Amino acid sequence: MATPTLPERSQLAYIASQAADSRLNVEIETEGMTLNIGPQHPATHGTLRIVAKLDGEQVIAAEPIMGYMHRGYEKLSEVRTYPQVTALVNRIDWMGSFANEVPFILAAEKLMEVEAPPRAQWIRTILFELSRIANVVLFLGDMAVQVGAITPVFYAFRDREYVLNQIEAVTGGRFHPNFDRIGGLKDDLPAGWIADTKAVLTKVDAFCDQLDTLLLGNEIFQARCRGVGVIPADVALSYGLSGANLRASGVDHDLRRDDPSGLVHDQIDWKVWTHPDGDSFARYWVRLQEVREAIKMVGQLLDGIPSGPIMAKVPRIIKVPAGEAYVATENPLGQMGYYVLSDGDLNPFRVKIRTPSFNNISICPWLLRGVYVPDIVTILGSLYFILGDIDR
Amino acid sequence: MNHLAGIDPILALSLAYWQQSLIKVGIVAIVVPTAALILGYVFLLKMMSFMQSRLGPMEAGPYGLLQLLADGAKFIQKEDIFPDAADRRVFALAPVVVLMSTFLLYLIIPVGPDAISANFDTGIFFALAVSSLSVIGILMAGWASASKYSLLGGLRAAGQLIAYELPLVLAVVGVVIQAGTLSMQGIVHAQATGEIFGFGWLGSPYILTQMLGFVIFMIAVQAELTQPPFDMPVAESEIVGGYQVEYSGFRFLFFFMGEFGTAFAFAAIASVLFLGGWWLPGFDADSNWLNVLGPIVMFVKVMVVSFFIFWIRFTYPRFREDQLQTFAWKFLIPLALANIVLTGIFKVVL
Amino acid sequence: MADTDTESPAAQEDAPPSDDRRERLLEDLRPLLGDAIVSTHIDVGHDLYLRVDRAQWADIGTRLRDRGFQFFDFLSAIDWMASPFGRSMESYVDTIVAGEDPTAPPADMSMIGSGYAGGDTRFQLLARLYSVSESIGVVLKSDLPDDDLTIGSWSRVFGGASWHERETWEMFGITFTGHPGLRHIYLPGDFEGHPLRKDFPLLARHVKPWPGIVDVESMPGDDEGGN
Repeated sequence: MATPTLPERSQLAYIASQAADSRLNVEIETEGMTLNIGPQHPATHGTLRIVAKLDGEQVIAAEPIMGYMHRGYEKLSEVRTYPQVTALVNRIDWMGSFANEVPFILAAEKLMEVEAPPRAQWIRTILFELSRIANVVLFLGDMAVQVGAITPVFYAFRDREYVLNQIEAVTGGRFHPNFDRIGGLKDDLPAGWIADTKAVLTKVDAFCDQLDTLLLGNEIFQARCRGVGVIPADVALSYGLSGANLRASGVDHDLRRDDPSGLVHDQIDWKVWTHPDGDSFARYWVRLQEVREAIKMVGQLLDGIPSGPIMAKVPRIIKVPAGEAYVATENPLGQMGYYVLSDGDLNPFRVKIRTPSFNNISICPWLLRGVYVPDIVTILGSLYFILGDIDR
Repeated sequence: MNHLAGIDPILALSLAYWQQSLIKVGIVAIVVPTAALILGYVFLLKMMSFMQSRLGPMEAGPYGLLQLLADGAKFIQKEDIFPDAADRRVFALAPVVVLMSTFLLYLIIPVGPDAISANFDTGIFFALAVSSLSVIGILMAGWASASKYSLLGGLRAAGQLIAYELPLVLAVVGVVIQAGTLSMQGIVHAQATGEIFGFGWLGSPYILTQMLGFVIFMIAVQAELTQPPFDMPVAESEIVGGYQVEYSGFRFLFFFMGEFGTAFAFAAIASVLFLGGWWLPGFDADSNWLNVLGPIVMFVKVMVVSFFIFWIRFTYPRFREDQLQTFAWKFLIPLALANIVLTGIFKVVL
Repeated sequence: MADTDTESPAAQEDAPPSDDRRERLLEDLRPLLGDAIVSTHIDVGHDLYLRVDRAQWADIGTRLRDRGFQFFDFLSAIDWMASPFGRSMESYVDTIVAGEDPTAPPADMSMIGSGYAGGDTRFQLLARLYSVSESIGVVLKSDLPDDDLTIGSWSRVFGGASWHERETWEMFGITFTGHPGLRHIYLPGDFEGHPLRKDFPLLARHVKPWPGIVDVESMPGDDEGGN
């Protein structure tokens, strides 16, 4: 038969991967060894379980099994008021948790037809980018641990503490700020915060430069990551991969530039980073550049915060008018979106939380066929997920 | 019998053979755990912590000096757990085998012109042979643990340790050719009395003339100790503990002591082979002072070599096994063979 | 795009804002999807909603993907039934603070109404696709008749749909014909019931009543709400 074209090949690959998906469900082990990676395992960022069927050291099929941390957020949000849902939603991606609140608040604001005042929008964007820095700096160190270099993660934690201190100074919480409100923010910035944050940004910048020499230039790191876990662009799109995973496959898409909503990214000067390779190294590299870019962005934002009120005029008890809205933002882990359906009551009627890691990990059965056991860890590390983000 | 002559001049007493052997066994039995403790504290607890921008243990004793003793006590008082499906006897024997190979290594380490436990004529040959025993112990541990992670770790270890035995041996061959003897004391003497291009004050430390061999030896030592970048058998972020994962309590302590004891032993062997051992420039090779100064000199040299072993340990990520094997078979072994050829040529020509 | 929200009510009445990009997209999609489109709605500046025929669901996915909507955003469902647990799910305190009568019957869905939103049938499938090249997205909804909760699967069209469809089956009980293996994704394998359905109770609330909006207390001298 004629050589299949690219769409047909990928179609065949999908079908094969789906078949592999369902084959794993059958409890007959005709060949190979079934290895359970997780739920308790240092590499799985939480309680993710990967059932890998191995032939020696090579993976025949691998399937992630999750739900060990499923908290039922969508069901819970039907019985919580909007500010209570905001507090709940902090805990989805707990590494960059301010970013979780933003799309939900923006969706509710859209339904209420309320716009936050400019000062609140700027500070929201600053905290949004700071949470990105906090989240991805951890990834930069953590990926090193996955491939065996145990030192950079300590530097990552150390420098991340500075960022968390800044977030805590504003919001009162390192990990769960619960700071965003419909119509603005809870509080204004404390005195001296801008200068302190600029000092912190220089430290994080120095950390990124350190990683460049310590890790990116290391031949062993490159040998472990280059060419491992290549995701072509069309496959990435069809699985809904987002964030750095998508940009590392060469797709030039960033919601902050292409589909902004409520944040002020269009008022500062910044750049979207892509990489053509689509392998683990590319994903690491893109995230490193994104942290540097975020540092520059926060620097610009800090210089331009307008003065004014922090909160628009909203009623004390918030009843969001009937309607539906979907707002997605470019969160640290990828594209996070909330579809909010309101019936005019105190509580939302239906909230669908579109989390980036759920889609990012759905590619694993397709991606992990034929790789070695160490590569599973490298690939999972480079896709970067947070369990709360997968499990909600 | 030269071991009798060893202690006589120092102690000025005449001891029976069994008394001498008992003393030697006692010394080795004390030195091995002490060496492991010292290496563990200085490099693992303190140097690694400082390089990672943290302090390390500070509570147990001043600056955490007694931390490892506390850890040892903790390990000893733990419950002796066997996995349900494990092969009990093999499971229990495996750490003993590994530790035994460590203890045997210390027999041939010289710390003075007369201070060596067993002055074999084929000292280094004995050391290399005995260090391979640990492979059996690791395989036993990996298989008997009845856990898939242990099995993966054990098989990886087997492949890796056997692959890196060859560069280890071949690197030593260069030294042996240059020294003309397999005996450890003989190698030290050769370095002490040798000359480089007529300049004899520094002796002829083989690190200068066998630089390539030294590098290959250090890489192979890193792999034999299953330290990063060659720690696939114990890849902590993948197979969690590899062959050690089912071990707890004092059996794990044996593995731990084996690892650090072997590190100390290999560092000592490297100092003897390449850095001149217990000899200090300015002393006569047979001087009696070196029986007292020798241990100190050896200790310093061992610390220097261990520094590099551990520094590389926590800087580099780890190789995947296929990359690891490629590195050994396609790169290190040809290089070591080339080193031997060159050494042979120079030995004949010069 | 967000500036349409800040128009004062007076201005909105005078000049209804229009969304040229999405109007053009809709005109593009009409011939492509043909009679599959049941109704449409353009949320100006935000999204294009298409309510489509259930029978052609899988085919629509293929056509949209080939047209350029290659990015699979999400797929889920909406249960339009009002919660039969009504006011008992919220606390007594909540309803009084909101100025409602705690003994009133539960709200009905007529507030949102039909058209693009839904409510004609109990279950409605909800999906969103995005076109990276055009930076535009489309939300697709499809009503499912109450007696036949099946619809075509998108797992052969979009790789990522497989997991989303598993989750939708698990949470709502909607069967996707053509899916390689519908099984539990979040919940244990022997779980009975479909949790996100409105008649599946939130057990925690039954075990212990919700304490209420304890963090929103009236300030002294303040009544509840400016609007």
